[in-house]
Amino acid sequence: MKYITGFFAFWYDFIVGDAWEVAAGVIVGLVLLGLAAPTSSLMHDYGALLLPLLIGAVLAYSLWRVRGTA
Amino acid sequence: MNGWVGFLSSFLASAVEVVEAVTLVLAAGVTRGWRSVWIGVVAAGVVLAVLVGVFGVGLLAVIPIQALRIVIGTLLLVFGLQWLRKAIMRYTGLKGLHDEAAIYEREVATLNQAPSAATGMDWTSFTVAFKGVLLEGLEVVFIVITFGLSSHDMLSPTLGALAAAVVVTVVAFAVHEPLSRVPENTLKFVVGLMLTAFGTFWAGEGVGLDWPGADWAILGLLIFYAVIAAGLIVALRGRTAPASGKAVGNA
Repeated sequence: MKYITGFFAFWYDFIVGDAWEVAAGVIVGLVLLGLAAPTSSLMHDYGALLLPLLIGAVLAYSLWRVRGTA
Repeated sequence: MNGWVGFLSSFLASAVEVVEAVTLVLAAGVTRGWRSVWIGVVAAGVVLAVLVGVFGVGLLAVIPIQALRIVIGTLLLVFGLQWLRKAIMRYTGLKGLHDEAAIYEREVATLNQAPSAATGMDWTSFTVAFKGVLLEGLEVVFIVITFGLSSHDMLSPTLGALAAAVVVTVVAFAVHEPLSRVPENTLKFVVGLMLTAFGTFWAGEGVGLDWPGADWAILGLLIFYAVIAAGLIVALRGRTAPASGKAVGNA
């Protein structure tokens, strides 16, 4: 039981850590892009530019949240 | 002549992939220690050898490389982004720079209580090294198989890939020592940038995005994230009170 708890604790810490919004933002963004890229020519052409912008926005939002509570 | 073309093509294409794998291994080793990293590298090598041994050239049809890219890319992206975020927090005073000292004290106390912990696994560095070597290693194998099948000569592309692995690894070892003298938060900042760039590239490829410039897009992503991170540091610095030194999570 200890090893199972430890296994899930490791992955929770690895993926979520102390900033759930980072993991959530990345996963939601990738799912949306993954759904849109094959169906929308606009997303297929510009998705590669959109993804880094989205990641940058997630990072900025997460830091802004911490600053608000500091 | 065809043999040399196969060798050189495989060498150049594989070198790009090996640089990516070695970068991750180096990043994990320099920042978190080498033992678990080497175990991760060896484990990935064994998995690769078993896959190649069992499936041979049929590997192309068996491994869902797209799914692997999504899973490994997403994990690296999230993990890298968290490291980058914490490094920025330290630079801007949102998190105490002296956390390392506190963590060091805590580690020493823990080690004194439980000496066997010194030989324990660092699963984070193991995971980063294992995933990086496995994914890039698979891509090298696919390169060799593709060049080999198209030229009906498996030996030259295989030798080209092996030469690329040796050359890149030797260069990496040459720069490893100077890297270990870089301040810890700077290293974590750079490693966070690299993991975020690699993760974005792989996850993007996995969900079907076409990167302009193929693998060179990683360099563009690295520069883009460096600019974003520098901008965030400038924007946040001075607007925050110095942190009290309490730890916000680990790493």
